[in-house]
Amino acid sequence: MNTKKEIEMPEALTLLELPQTLTGEERSLISISKLNLFYDQVQALHNVNMEIYPRRITALIGPSGCGKSTLIKSINRMNDLVADCRIQGSILLDGEDIYARGMDVNLLRKRVGMVFQKPNPFPMSVYDNIAFGPRTHGVKKKAELDALVERALYDAALLDELKDGLRRSALALSGGQQQRLCIARALAVEPEVLLMDEPTSALDPISTARIEELALALKERYTIVIVTHNMQQALRISDQTAFFLLGELVEYNHTLQIFSEPEDPRTDDYVKGRFG
Amino acid sequence: MLKQVISRTVLQEKVAQAVFIVAACCCILSVALICFFLLMGGIPGLAEIGVGEFLFGTAWQPSRGEYGIAYMVLGSLYVTAGALIIGVPLGLFCALYLSRFATARLGRFLQRGVELLAGIPSVVFGFFGLVVIVPFIRSSLGGTGFSVLAASLILGIMILPTIITVSRTALDSVPQQYYEGALALGARHERCVFRVLLPAAASGITAAVILGFGRAIGETMAVVMIVGNQVHLPASLVDGVRTLTGNIVLEMGYATDLHREALIATALVLFVFILLVNLLFNLMKRRAGI
Ligand SMILES: Nc1ncnc2c1ncn2[C@@H]1O[C@H](COP(=O)(O)OP(=O)(O)O)[C@@H](O)[C@H]1O
Ligand SMILES: [Mg+2]
Repeated sequence: MNTKKEIEMPEALTLLELPQTLTGEERSLISISKLNLFYDQVQALHNVNMEIYPRRITALIGPSGCGKSTLIKSINRMNDLVADCRIQGSILLDGEDIYARGMDVNLLRKRVGMVFQKPNPFPMSVYDNIAFGPRTHGVKKKAELDALVERALYDAALLDELKDGLRRSALALSGGQQQRLCIARALAVEPEVLLMDEPTSALDPISTARIEELALALKERYTIVIVTHNMQQALRISDQTAFFLLGELVEYNHTLQIFSEPEDPRTDDYVKGRFG
Repeated sequence: MLKQVISRTVLQEKVAQAVFIVAACCCILSVALICFFLLMGGIPGLAEIGVGEFLFGTAWQPSRGEYGIAYMVLGSLYVTAGALIIGVPLGLFCALYLSRFATARLGRFLQRGVELLAGIPSVVFGFFGLVVIVPFIRSSLGGTGFSVLAASLILGIMILPTIITVSRTALDSVPQQYYEGALALGARHERCVFRVLLPAAASGITAAVILGFGRAIGETMAVVMIVGNQVHLPASLVDGVRTLTGNIVLEMGYATDLHREALIATALVLFVFILLVNLLFNLMKRRAGI
């Protein structure tokens, strides 16, 4: 589509030194190599190689159906739910192959949290929503749970809004609050990685801005992988950006590099809004 | 030519519509007629006996002009409660299994079984109770075997299809995103099912229980055959009772005058129970959104 506005680069940013490559500068937390993924006969990911670095925000962009959701669902093995999904290649989390035979999937999902496109708080109280994860992983003491819930609410910037409404039904919250509650719920199990699949696509601009702020604050402690349809959002919050097309990783680099001087003309077309 | 075709289809539509309306009216009309019959037939008797005396009186001796149904109300409630205690957990676990654990093929097979169970006539259940359950209770627990326990067991089985089908619908309609949300937090499948899906389906499951209650309290033939039918307060689970439905079917054949009116009033009481149950059910259904 030609109607999209071109993204304006803030001048100060373009003046920054942009490293040419991502490799070799620091140890990655998630290492995806030679990943091929098939849904039955249809190949959804083609030979994806990608390093995801700790305490950064990595954005996945690309047109609908290019495999972004498929890729992040591979990182916490939510693809296991799809009966005829086949995976080749490897994904290492901190050096450990998550598709290895002895892997404890539930432990993996505790370490790699996920926030979905549509806010999906459970139909129970705010407190029980957040306490669900810790309870799942064996926390029983009330005082301990209370502390974890409060901490998670604080981290998700919800404490002020909700500290007197812990017994309220989560379904009574606004869409933006529900999504932050889902983030709090994911944080309550103390994950290392937070996967977010278009977390703001169902939200209004103000709620979106709050989630973006939140993501920026959380990257101090968490490794965040976010799928987004919104170029501005990727530019605003991410450190690295990966551009996907038809199941292929076309280009992966520092976000500023991707948006200012992409190496691949297809990336250039996409980020400048020439197709979408 | 075209015009003719159009006018013919219009005519057909009109006729079809008329047929539907008549059918719908028949349905409503029969409910209204039953209501009318029960009220007309029951109220004079109720007035003569006295509502308090009728509902709370414990003696039922038509020959002496004593018409108290309190023990039969209790009897109905006992066997119904027994049926729910047996049928609800069993049915709920079945529904959970069918909805979230069984493979598609096994699920279809079991579903057939449930449908078959729903299709068995109640006299067959009664007969089964008479030749299997009653002798078993007699030999293992004592008494005659005709008992609250026997009726509860049979009714518990009879309400299974209702409980299973309605709670399964409720479980199936819980959004998949709740399941995925729980799974993504590292919860095992069972935990997702029992701690997230089950509570989320609570109002639908309550609806299933209410419907099962209605089915059990209204059941007649199977119960009459195995429950003993004595009008008294049962001393234990292996003691017999009489239910409201049993009272009507046992005496309607020869009752006349006030006795007959008292039986119709018994049916009226039953009808009010069922009405309340339906009201509750609809309330729950609306809450569950199914
Ligand atoms: N469960 C599934 N079964 C079969 N095909 C799927 C499934 N999920 C996604 N796909 C296919 O995989 C491709 C990538 O989908 P997806 O990862 O959802 O893309 P994106 O998130 O980038 O929009 C699409 O062609 C889609 O049709
Ligand atoms: Mg997607």
